Amino acid sequence: MTVLNVNGKQHEVHADPRTPLLYVLRNDLALNAAKFGCGLGQCGACTVLVDHNPVFSCLTPISALEGRYIRTVEDLGTIDKPGPVQRAFIEEQAAQCGYCIPGMMMRAQALLEKNAAPDDAQIRAAMAPNLCRCGTQMRILRAVHRAARLMTVELQGPVKEAQK
Amino acid sequence: MLARALLGLVIATVVAFGAFVAWQWRGELPPATASAHSFDPGIVAKGAQLAAVGDCAVCHTRAGGKPYAGGFPVETPFGVVYGTNITPDRDTGIGAWSEEAFRRAMREGVARDGAHLYPAFPYDHFTRLTDGDISALYAFLMTREQVSQPDRPPELSFPLNWRIFAAAWQLLFLDKGAWRNDPAQSAQWNRGAYLVEGVGHCGACHTPRNRLGAEARDRRFAGGEGEGWSAPALDAASPAPVPWTADQLYNYLRRGFADQHGLAAGPMQPVVADLARAPEADVRAIATYVATIIGPRDPADRKRQTDAALAFAQQRAVTVGDVTRATTGAAPADTHSAGKALFDGACATCHRSGGGLPVSRPVPLALSTPVNESDPGNLLRIVLDGIHPAPGRRGPIMPAFSGMLTDQQIVALADYVRSRYSRGPAWPNVAAALAGVRRAQTLREAP
Amino acid sequence: MNAPLTTPTRRMFVATGGALVVSFALAPHGALAQAAKPNVPAQPKLPGSLGKAPVLDAWIGIGGNGGITVFTGKAELGQGIMTALIQCAAEELDVDPAAIALVTADTERTANEGYTAGSHSMQDSGTAILNAAAQVRAILIELAATRLNLTANQLHAKGGAIVADDGRSLAYKDLVLGQELHRAAQPQSPLKDPKSYTVIGKPMRRVDIPGKVTGAPMYVQDLRPEGMLHARVVRPPNYGAELVSVDIATVEKLPGVIKVVRDGSFIAVAAQGEFQAIEAMNMLASIAQWRKVASLPDEATIHQFLTRLPAQDEVIANKGSPAQQGTHVVNAAYTRPYLAHGSIGPSCAVALYKANKLTVWTHSQGVFPLRASLANMLQLRPEQVHCIHVEGSGCYGHNAADDAAADAALIARAIPGRPIRVQWMREQEHGWEPFGPAMASSVSGAIDGSGRIVSWNYAVWSNTHSTRPGGPAGNLLAAQYLARPFQPPAPKEIPLPDGGGDRNAIPLYTIPNEHVVDHFIPQMPLRVSALRGLGAYHNVFSVESFMDELALAAKADPVEFRLKHLDDPRARDVITKAAQEFGWKKGETRPRGQGRGFAFARYKNSAAYCALAVDVTVERETGEVHLGRIVAAIDSGQAVNPDGIRNQIEGAIVQSASWTLYETVTFDRTDITSRDWSSYPILRFPQAPESVTVHIIDRPGEPFLGTGEAGQGPTAAAIANAIADATGARLRDLPLTADRIKQAIGV
Ligand code: FES
Ligand code: FES
Repeated sequence: MTVLNVNGKQHEVHADPRTPLLYVLRNDLALNAAKFGCGLGQCGACTVLVDHNPVFSCLTPISALEGRYIRTVEDLGTIDKPGPVQRAFIEEQAAQCGYCIPGMMMRAQALLEKNAAPDDAQIRAAMAPNLCRCGTQMRILRAVHRAARLMTVELQGPVKEAQK
Repeated sequence: MLARALLGLVIATVVAFGAFVAWQWRGELPPATASAHSFDPGIVAKGAQLAAVGDCAVCHTRAGGKPYAGGFPVETPFGVVYGTNITPDRDTGIGAWSEEAFRRAMREGVARDGAHLYPAFPYDHFTRLTDGDISALYAFLMTREQVSQPDRPPELSFPLNWRIFAAAWQLLFLDKGAWRNDPAQSAQWNRGAYLVEGVGHCGACHTPRNRLGAEARDRRFAGGEGEGWSAPALDAASPAPVPWTADQLYNYLRRGFADQHGLAAGPMQPVVADLARAPEADVRAIATYVATIIGPRDPADRKRQTDAALAFAQQRAVTVGDVTRATTGAAPADTHSAGKALFDGACATCHRSGGGLPVSRPVPLALSTPVNESDPGNLLRIVLDGIHPAPGRRGPIMPAFSGMLTDQQIVALADYVRSRYSRGPAWPNVAAALAGVRRAQTLREAP
Repeated sequence: MNAPLTTPTRRMFVATGGALVVSFALAPHGALAQAAKPNVPAQPKLPGSLGKAPVLDAWIGIGGNGGITVFTGKAELGQGIMTALIQCAAEELDVDPAAIALVTADTERTANEGYTAGSHSMQDSGTAILNAAAQVRAILIELAATRLNLTANQLHAKGGAIVADDGRSLAYKDLVLGQELHRAAQPQSPLKDPKSYTVIGKPMRRVDIPGKVTGAPMYVQDLRPEGMLHARVVRPPNYGAELVSVDIATVEKLPGVIKVVRDGSFIAVAAQGEFQAIEAMNMLASIAQWRKVASLPDEATIHQFLTRLPAQDEVIANKGSPAQQGTHVVNAAYTRPYLAHGSIGPSCAVALYKANKLTVWTHSQGVFPLRASLANMLQLRPEQVHCIHVEGSGCYGHNAADDAAADAALIARAIPGRPIRVQWMREQEHGWEPFGPAMASSVSGAIDGSGRIVSWNYAVWSNTHSTRPGGPAGNLLAAQYLARPFQPPAPKEIPLPDGGGDRNAIPLYTIPNEHVVDHFIPQMPLRVSALRGLGAYHNVFSVESFMDELALAAKADPVEFRLKHLDDPRARDVITKAAQEFGWKKGETRPRGQGRGFAFARYKNSAAYCALAVDVTVERETGEVHLGRIVAAIDSGQAVNPDGIRNQIEGAIVQSASWTLYETVTFDRTDITSRDWSSYPILRFPQAPESVTVHIIDRPGEPFLGTGEAGQGPTAAAIANAIADATGARLRDLPLTADRIKQAIGV
């Protein structure tokens, strides 16, 4: 049995310790945001945060995650009370099919927790591991810039985020 | 009496130093008037090929910068030296350099203005080039786009920042003179040797350096350093489990992948990218030459080592079955269970044999050089940063595991990989090595 | 609104609370059409796809709780169609868009609108819903009139009620108590004056995005019905390979494995857990013995190979004398490689076989054609198969969605009573999806002394651009590998005006002597089908690159040269708009390595007009292209959701830039070798353009024109033209890779 701390809650998971986190999140914990895209660490659709780092959950076995702090899109906010990154993506209408977007949001969240006001080049570099096939990149970039502004105006800004 | 002796000593020293100063002094050469169109396109094309073999662009281009405009940090034990602007810009590049000035820099390590160049610029190799090849390189560089970008001064500790120390270094270590063919060897071998020793300057990374930063002549290709990575030995001490053959070397250098060794990573990535544009015959020649210096000399030994390595790789290969059975308890108990669990979960997806997927498979880890080197540094670098092809280009992707796994987990993983995939002794202190790599990286990232 | 798990009937009641919709939905379409026949005049034809289900309650239902449900046979593919359709209904019904629930493609609930493809959705479904809504509004007013003893002109609709001038009002739900809306649709509708629109033409936030950014179960990949099993298929090592033997018992012993399903060379495994299914799949793959039979042509010479295959030739344009004339003749030949749809999420489907009935949740673009093929494959009657569209990852055409549905169906039939979820692996998607076909074209044109094009000869070679399912099962991948295999039906060219390989092969420019031939190649060495834009991507790339080559020969400015040969005022408008907004200056000179390119097309010569200008920088030493500013102008007729249009064009531009600069499906003599994102690299963030701006030319009152595919072709040509401008080198073979550009530049 593995105990995982996901979005601040402890979960007892009985899956094989080798099981990649992605399948546990989706199937055992019914957290749908993280998506399967390649299972190879090439596309970022499965990106979640572990101890504030963006990681490919498709390649991270749960055996590596005991006692670590896992966050998914579900932790950023809800449909009624979306968090800054989610609001930014809604306000910029930064989605077409949207399949890549949860991974994008988590990578953006990680970036903004480290760098409250990244410039365009820094955002592009940080987002490079994540693919979008619909060509929503321009809107995603705008959304990350907007999220940075939203986060800094929010009391619960990046600094506080990081201490959670 | 004593006073007189002292005086003599002082005089002698002064005279010697004076002589050295006189010896090292080089005058400024007059500005050139060469202009782009005065070069024969054939010569320019030849220069382009030599520049590819020499990877000039690597050290003379900063990340994201204009090619040949300089700014790339070359780390030395004495500080950082930045690649200079070698575009034909008259004020910030070498636009004012005559071919004679260029030749002097290549052969003697002296800039047009007479300043002695630091040996980070490998004139100890370029001095071997033929006149024709130096002219071709000159023609190539002089026909590049002019970029106005002032050189970044070297960051060397006092007193090494005095150019005269470069002169002293040259006095001690620069052995000038063109390459001489070995009549006993084939033309192809000689061509390869000429490229490797000369413009290719492979020794700059693959030969260890002495305390003064010069390549140790007596230990050619015994393995050195480049950009913080260890550059494996290319001599008998090569750590490659399967001894390199000319064909494997050719595939590796030309395509960046050899099926008995793996793929080019770290500083070798740009090198093979350039070699892909060099003449095929030259890459073949390089492979031919290196094959004669690398690994065991005796064919019988080579065969024995090859068979043993392949058998070992076979025996240690992790199959789908092993990984799956591991959970049904059927697998043999493993001392490195922590590392094994991580490997089976995080690495086996790609680094196992059998099964349909993924289609593009890495070589068995037991054949990989980083796993079999005496130092875990290269393996740790690859695990931390992964391997990424240049934007828009085809090439294997390995994700970065930094942040995905804790340092403790990476250490366990490295220990397990070493124990399972190498016949070499366990690495003494992977944790310390990892800390070292991390330190080097933060330094590099610091602006 | 998007709770795919609840069963249709329940959803329907929830959504509409009324019996009347059910009465429609339960009536098979045939019967329905019958019911409607008497009062449906054969002529004139009904607007949009109203004719596909010519009764109003097939499109709009009003429930007892006031809930309004709109039904469309089209599917949301990430193009934002749901939002635009809701806007159409809300506009003509005078209700808040939020009051509308939309039901999309479902073989038991919506009209059969065929495929959601070809940028047809707004033309077909948008028009149908707009008209149906207007007719429903008229009926509601008429009902209110009788109740209130007033005349229709004393009443108007407002916020979900019919309001009388005297202030009295009746809510829609109180007007619709039974079958009031079960009426034949009329050819004429009391449509509003577009000037009075308050919803159409105003940007509306997409209804699906909030759920998508908060982890709601929006995708077929997210379905998790009670008792569901995870399944994976082991695909053959390559095309046509035959499964010789496999030790099923070993795999069935693995943890979690429920069953290994084998039928001929189709083999799959179902397990409790998803990772268990994947491991079992790997195990199966490692022990299965195959006989490889595929032999592929040489990739290096694929275009010669294709053009030498037997072809069916058709002259699709023949004006004046095709003979070459004019003072200056220019010749060129262009090629494009096979391209992958490369959806970020591999194809997926969930199927349940229970009581002789198969239910399939699928992201197919055509649930009705899929139903026909599934029924044929499983020897069921169409009524025994129920296909429900649930969103998947963007597909950009015919990807593996239908094949995944077929896989799920076969496995579900072998494990009755358990919902089966199949998702393809990345390498399966890349290796087995039907690719966008490789194409070749050759063109020669002549200009006269006045710099006018006098003649134009164009020929294009292509496989079919549609091997979609529908009818016989042979186009479903799995069906071809069963013990009793289904043969793929003979491929057909999609006829003009839409066209397939010849889509946009006829230039929109006014040219006195014009000759265009379509060489349709039936034989398909690689599996191919519809990819966004179909032949238009290649033909527009060819035509618009060639326009620049002619402009160069005529020493004319590319923009002026295009305008000089265009009469269509709307075409002229988008070109002028794009040029102005970009700041295009005639004869402007730029430093070496910097270039600017322009291109234009009217998609299918009948849909949206799109023109764009591109700034590029080309690194001479490496041939690397850096995309700078991109400015586009688009005319999609009446714009329904302007931001939706912008989103689509931005996406088309970035996706097409990726196709154009980087992408090629690679293969050796037996296997597809581009099997993941490392062997099939696409554009990543650092390579995205500096900026993309889209300007919409709205045409209130004009028919809706499809937008989704308008940008692909022009983007390719504009980039090629910009590279030619920057380097002086004209590249005619896609993709325009750094190596090819470097080669063209020389040292
Ligand atoms: S699904 Fe994890 S990186 Fe692609
Ligand atoms: S929005 Fe569809 S893949 Fe990114």
